[in-house]
Amino acid sequence: MVLPPVVIGWLLLLLLGVRGPIGAWLNAWFGIRLVFTTEGAAIACAVMTLPLMVRAVRLSIEAIDPGLEQAAQTLGAGRLDRFLTITLPLALPGILSGAIVGYVAALGEFGAVITFAANIPGETQTLPLAIYAALQTPDGEATAAKLALVSILLAVGGLAAAEWAGRRTRAALGYRP
Amino acid sequence: MIQFSLRHTWPGGTNLAPNLAPGLTIDFTAPPGATALFGPSGAGKSTVVATIAGLFQAQAARVIIDGVVLTDTEHRIHIPPERRRLGLVFQDARLFPHLRVRQNLRYGLKRAPPGAIRFDDIVDLLGIAPLLDRRPHTLSGGERQRVAIGRALLAQPRLLLMDEPLASLDAARKAEILPYLARLKHALALPIIYVTHALDEVLAIADTLILLESGQVRAAGPLAELTARGDLPLAARDDAGAVLQARVAEHHPARQLSLLRAGPLALWVPLVAGSLGTQLRVRIPAREIILATEAPAGISLHNILPTLVVAVTEDHTRHIAMVELATGEARLLARVTPDAVARLALRPGKPVLALVKSMSVDVIR
Repeated sequence: MVLPPVVIGWLLLLLLGVRGPIGAWLNAWFGIRLVFTTEGAAIACAVMTLPLMVRAVRLSIEAIDPGLEQAAQTLGAGRLDRFLTITLPLALPGILSGAIVGYVAALGEFGAVITFAANIPGETQTLPLAIYAALQTPDGEATAAKLALVSILLAVGGLAAAEWAGRRTRAALGYRP
Repeated sequence: MIQFSLRHTWPGGTNLAPNLAPGLTIDFTAPPGATALFGPSGAGKSTVVATIAGLFQAQAARVIIDGVVLTDTEHRIHIPPERRRLGLVFQDARLFPHLRVRQNLRYGLKRAPPGAIRFDDIVDLLGIAPLLDRRPHTLSGGERQRVAIGRALLAQPRLLLMDEPLASLDAARKAEILPYLARLKHALALPIIYVTHALDEVLAIADTLILLESGQVRAAGPLAELTARGDLPLAARDDAGAVLQARVAEHHPARQLSLLRAGPLALWVPLVAGSLGTQLRVRIPAREIILATEAPAGISLHNILPTLVVAVTEDHTRHIAMVELATGEARLLARVTPDAVARLALRPGKPVLALVKSMSVDVIR
């Protein structure tokens, strides 16, 4: 989370690039090339937003009363059974809102994407990249403003959706509001 | 039968909790029926339950239930909690909030081998049929605890462990659940270990009593025997009194009296419900017993019980004397003043009459 995105993009390039240890292997065995592709952009976004999601999921798992797992254990549930029937469902609100926040944050990724997957319109161009590109062209100001508006709406809407999803699932799970 | 042995010293002394006993040395054997672990908080009661359940691993412990070894540190045996098949009821019900009552009840049932305890019977016994489709957070404390008990029972346990199951409930909710527990004890021939620091719960449920005090067993034995002892902390309580197992011998509706028999003792009490032969548990409060060397005449009293003094324990700081009495196998406990002991020259072996008002006999159930 504290590493600059560009550094992460560059590290991805080193690892997954056509000459990188993993990238070369993927290319040789499966013919997969990640650099400068939509998939590559997705991976860069995922790596960038993962800490955000992990945080949300971890918080929601830590909030579960350990006594419930103990109760499940005395009722005959083994470790995996307890995880699937108690921990996972009870952590669902956090997982869901974490996923939404992660998705919205991914749409706004810039540094890691431009370094690893470049800025190819229609393929690896994220919203901020499009705004930046628009600002670089003369008369691009209006396009940039429209895109910025979309970006703001997405951010606010995403946060609201995450909050709403969290609350809805919590209520469905029987937590007190 | 449960054979239990525990040795444990808390690392770092008792800094964790000031009233915790520094070390535990607890051994007991519990016969079939309900066994109450009774004692102040910090005596080690919950540690015993956690050890039996396998949730706590003591430095040295042995837990054998009906011949099945669940824990034996000496032979490095520790069956994990999920394979012990013990029903555990916690003080906080710990119902799964994301499941309805029905699914909560079935959670253990689904994971247990087929057994004799049936879903419909338990729902009936605990009166939880109207709650089946509700969510745990919509239940009252008493309802939640009943569901928790049902859930534990449906896991087909070989033993029901209850760790202060009623401690978080108020007196009214407690009174609502106690009869269910008593019923359950009779309906299912299931051994029960019941942890509590409330004497009324002990009196209602326990057959065997194990008194714990700062990590040690202070006394263990049948409830009737221990409640009639004058030298235990139980006797120092204001509500001390011997418990007797009695049966209804006669009803006299015209006189509005019933005659109960507890061994050789005949006790007149205000008319009770229950057909002849019904087993009842009664308690005679120690402070309600008057001792006499001659039978009084012209008195409203119904019960004049011939007994022998077994032991006298005087407590000079509180200016009371506890007199243990016996008639055959029936035991009574009386609280009198040291002066009365001197005037009547009460000493072990002396015949004495115990006078008990019929109104003073507590019929527990």
